[in-house]
Order: sequence, then structure tokens, then C-alpha cells
Amino acid sequence: MLVDSPPEQRAETAPAPPTRRAIRAFGLLVSVVILVLVALASIAIGAKALSMGQVWHGLFQDSGTYGDVVVADRLSRTVLGLLAGAALGLSGAVLQALTRNPLADPGLLGINAGASAAVVTAITFFGVTSLSGYVWFAFAGAAAVGALVWFLGGSRGATPVRLALAGTAISAALYGYLQAVMIMDDAALARMRFWTVGSLASASNAAILQVLPFLAVGTVLALTLARPLNAMEMGDDTAKALGANLNRTRALAMLSATVLCGAATAACGPIVFVGLMVPHVVRSFTGPDLRWILPYATILSPVLLLGADVIGRVVARPAELQVGIITAIIGGPVFIYLVRRRRTAQL
Amino acid sequence: MRTNRSIRSIRSIRSIRSLRTPGGLSLRLDVRAVAVVALLLLAALTASVVLIGTGDFPIPAADVLKTLLGDGNAGQEFIVNELRLPRVLVGLLVGASLGLGGALFQAISRNPLGSPDVLGLGQGATAGALVMIVLFSGSATQVTLGALAGGLATGFAIYLLAWKRGVHGYRLVLVGIGVSAIVTAVNGYLLTVSDIIDAARAVVWMTGSLDGRDWEQVWPLLGLCAVLVPLVLANARGLRMMEMGDDVSYALGVRVERVRLLLMIAAVLLTATATAAAGPVSFVALTAPQLARRLTRSPGPNLLPSLCMGAALLVTADWVSQRTFGAGQLPVGVVTGVLGGVYLLWLLVTERKAGRI
Repeated sequence: MLVDSPPEQRAETAPAPPTRRAIRAFGLLVSVVILVLVALASIAIGAKALSMGQVWHGLFQDSGTYGDVVVADRLSRTVLGLLAGAALGLSGAVLQALTRNPLADPGLLGINAGASAAVVTAITFFGVTSLSGYVWFAFAGAAAVGALVWFLGGSRGATPVRLALAGTAISAALYGYLQAVMIMDDAALARMRFWTVGSLASASNAAILQVLPFLAVGTVLALTLARPLNAMEMGDDTAKALGANLNRTRALAMLSATVLCGAATAACGPIVFVGLMVPHVVRSFTGPDLRWILPYATILSPVLLLGADVIGRVVARPAELQVGIITAIIGGPVFIYLVRRRRTAQL
Repeated sequence: MRTNRSIRSIRSIRSIRSLRTPGGLSLRLDVRAVAVVALLLLAALTASVVLIGTGDFPIPAADVLKTLLGDGNAGQEFIVNELRLPRVLVGLLVGASLGLGGALFQAISRNPLGSPDVLGLGQGATAGALVMIVLFSGSATQVTLGALAGGLATGFAIYLLAWKRGVHGYRLVLVGIGVSAIVTAVNGYLLTVSDIIDAARAVVWMTGSLDGRDWEQVWPLLGLCAVLVPLVLANARGLRMMEMGDDVSYALGVRVERVRLLLMIAAVLLTATATAAAGPVSFVALTAPQLARRLTRSPGPNLLPSLCMGAALLVTADWVSQRTFGAGQLPVGVVTGVLGGVYLLWLLVTERKAGRI
């Protein structure tokens, strides 16, 4: 991961010069402003265009007009986008640090597919219908596949290629299973074909409340891991010498990534590449310090997810493209660019 | 991995004989590999005969053989020659193409998981087929052509995107995974915009099925295999050298990039045609070369054993799916998918026990 940063930032040690720290803090503030703007756009733009006045009316003086109903509906969708985006970005950043693998992404590593397969199993075979019921299945699936990919990819000796291949192969097996379920059960096909592309359209306040506690725990856990993960970037021995508890950090990092990704997938289906792209973009201006990367990723990932969602609503009016499709179409080329930029020795 | 391979090659030396002719010509003969090829061929043919006898109207194996040789009664002749033989032949050819294509891709990417279905060729072909099914409600022939075009275009795109002063195996794999993710999203979109009947048809196609395949699918597959298999085998020497790395093989006189391009085009054509004929049957291309290598215990790409293994695997899987779920219930892709998943798990456990990963 260190290979990503320009030399002058690589040489930098923990206490950054005050001016640079101030710039980064200011940048964080700017990011929040951007996030608010994108969130407002996400409420205003859609099949029915609303003016900012109508958005304001709906948000703060709700009197049940048609515009207010639309705002309320889009508000829950936007909030879910905020939460899911933050969760995916943060879990991607944590996974990239944990595996020391610049191409780690919950989607590419098959963790999304694990959660999907578990959710589909819960819906089809166990008759679980509520989000609060199948979110546990999503966690179990995400954790199981996360561990499986880690082992199959070669655990300690994992290289980006092996991890990505292991993740893709396991995803392929799981999607085969999903297809088998969909062939046998037309009702499952009717529901699942929308869910498996990843969409924010089915957002509801109840769903948000159900995943909120998990996301909160996962986020706090991930943010507290910035320091030990920073130490682990320097290699296991150095990290140990610096006083980091390796096994505990690994376990907690895996736990937080699983909880974040599992909850986000349970709420809006598998969404790829958000967790891959945002940490890279962030790293290009914060440098390798996770104490900055993680907060930035938390704030900027929802910008990407909501932005993609808005684009999806605009390009196919009056229908819409699901957000998972837009992120894949934006993220795929970014991924290929990252792969091409690297020298093969680094892969 | 590398050391382990060389240990295996030392072990396999015992089974290698060389044939010498008086004229000074010599041929290296791996006895074990030849035996494996013969056994796999036998297995594939046996499975085919059993599969032809399986269905709503069961026919004993002896009668199947008699009918194939030309003296069965009229009813059996119709069932065997018109209905079941083409299906089995498509299965054999698709399996063989996938096995060979998979072996080529794994050798080119120099990674045991770098099979064409993981690298997005299956997804690309699926996208072509879905466009035909969903947007144009196309006929079976149009779907086949769409899948062929999709697979070829994806293979071409992957090669171009991975090109940077030559194609390196790792870059090929990762670019393939990226392309695969994009195309998967497009496929998901196409599924959501289709009506439910088209969607059901699409999902069956996406799983890979041999139902209702007839002579029309056999001939193009057979023609392509007849051209490509000898071409690939003729270039296998260079591929074997390339396992030592580009620089070494270049020094040994292999035109690395040319051989790689040629073999990759062949592999893409084989995989795309097979996928167009039967849908993206998962995991045959991934597992066949690995299982073949385990049987021959020989290093190198093991092209011919992989080909036979692919054919045997697919026909056996089709038989299993018909026996366990009944004819036409679940397509063969479901069985290969499950088997592939089990194989991955087994690989995980054994490799770990052996301390290789």
C-alpha cells in the first residue's frame, strides 16, 4: 500500500507539520459540504424534479403535499445511500489496509456474494422476510466467505492476484447457486433479479433503523483501528515492535469490515467497486496515514454512491438504472487503470 | 509453488520413456499421461453411452451401442440418432473445448484460477446472449450468434486492455476480473428490464444447459475443434517453455508474444463457441485442467488430458443432473456449479494441509 504514495509523503512520520494537518482538516470540512450538496441533489433530482424551495418545505415544514411525500420518500433513500456508502468505503479501506492489498474490495473479494447467497437462502428456504431477520444471515455469509477467500488466497502469503482470483472464483460458485434457486422458483426470480444488482430504490425508514446499529458499531470499530493498522502497514515485525497487537487488530478489522459490508449488502444488495475506488482517491491526497484515510473515506464514499444513484435516475428517465450498475460501470475502468498503472512486480 | 512443481516433475521422470527410431528421430513419451488420456477417453465414451440410454424412454447400453453401429430398431434409431446423440456430442465437444480453453488460459495467465469463466469470457458471452433474448426476443440461432459475438468481443477487449508492451499473466487476470465485474453489472441490468418470461429463459441460458441441442449445434463446434485442436497442440511446445518465464523462453527461441496471442485467440474462440452452444457452463474450464494435472502428475499445460477431462466431466455432469433431478428439470450448469464449489473447498483444505498456501 505504501507503494501508492509519492516519495515525499512516504517519508513523512506521524506528527505532520501543523499547516498540512490544517489543510487536511479543512479538506475534511470541504468534503462534508460536498456530501451535503450531493445529498440535497439526491433529494431534489428524480423522475419528478423538485425545486430547492420544495425540498426545504418537505424537509422542515412537512404538511403532506405531493412534493412533501416525494421528499420524504427520497429522504429515506438518501439516508440509506449515505449509510451504505460510508459502510462500503470504510470496509474497503480497512480491507485494503488489513490485506495490504491495493485491489481489495468487498465486491471483488466475494464478501458481497457471500452475503447475497446467505440472504437468498434465508428468504427462499427459511421464509425469513424481514430485514432484521436476514441481516444476521448476511453477516454469517459475509464472514464465512471473507475467511474462505483469505485462506484460499493464501492467508499470510496472499498476493493481490491470488486474493482477487479466490474472491472471483467463490463469487462465481455462489452466483451459480443463486441462479439455481432462481431457476427453481419463479417468485424468487421476480424478487431477486432486482435485489442482486444492488439498488437503493427499496429504502424505507424501518430498514434504515434496522441496519443503523450495526453500521454504527462497525464504523466506530473501524475508526478506532486506524493506529494499529497504520503500524501493521510497516510489516508484522515492526508492528509488533511498535506495540500493536497483531491478532487482535486483524480479528477486529475483519469483524468491522464484515459487519459494515454485510449490513450494507443486506440493506441494498451487492454493490461493487465503491470500497475499491474511494480509498485510492483519498490516498492520493492524504498520503498513507489511515487516521486521515478512514474519515475521508467515510465521508467521500457516500458522495460516490449518492452521485451514482442520482446519475442512474437521470440517464434512464423516467425509469432508472440501479446504483450497483452505475458503480460497476464507473468503477471497472478505474480498477483497470489501477492495474495498468502498476508495474507487474508490485502485483 | 515453483519448487513443488519441480519436485513433482522429478517424481514423474520415472514414467517418461523416449521412443527412438533408426533415422535419429526421437519422441518423448510420458507413459502415465498417455494412460490417463486413454482412461479419460474411455470414461467419456462410457458416460456418453449411458447418457444416451438415459431419459423418459430408457435404452439399455447394449442396445445403444447396437443402434449407434447401425442395427437398432426404427424407434430406437430415431431416439438415439435424432434426439440424444446430438445432445451428447454437443456435450462432449463443449466439454472438450472448455477443458482445452481452460488449460490454455491457466497456462497463459500462469495461475491455476485464471480460467476463462473467472476472466469474464463467460460473462461476455452471456451479455451477448441476453441482449438477444431481452432486447430482441431472438431465436435460438440469434442467441447463439449473440453469445459468440459477446464472447469474442470480451476476449478482444481483455487482451487490448491488458496490453502494455506485451501481456503479462497477472495483468491479464486482473483486467479480466475488472471487465467481468462491469459485464456482470450490465447483465444484471438486462435481467431487470426484461419481462419475467424472458428473464426465466435468460437465467436458464446463463446457467448452461444441453437441453434441446441438435445437429445444428454439432457441426460448427466440430469444425472449429478440427481446426483449432491441432493448431493448439502444434504450439504446445512453446507454451511449455513459457512456464519458465518470458525471458528464459525468449532466450530458448520461443516467440513469446506471438505464441501467446495465437494461443489466446484459439482459447477465446474455443471458449466462446462452447459458451454459445451450451451457455456458460461454470467451472469445467477451471477444474478440468487441474484435475488432469493431478492425474498425470506431469508439469506443463497438459493440453490433451485437459481436453479429455473436460469432455468426460461435462457428459458425466449432464448424466448426474438428469438422474437426480429428472430430465429437463435443472440444467447441467447447476451440477457443474455445485461440483466446482466443492472442488474449490477441497482444494482449500488439501492445499492448506500440504502447507502450500
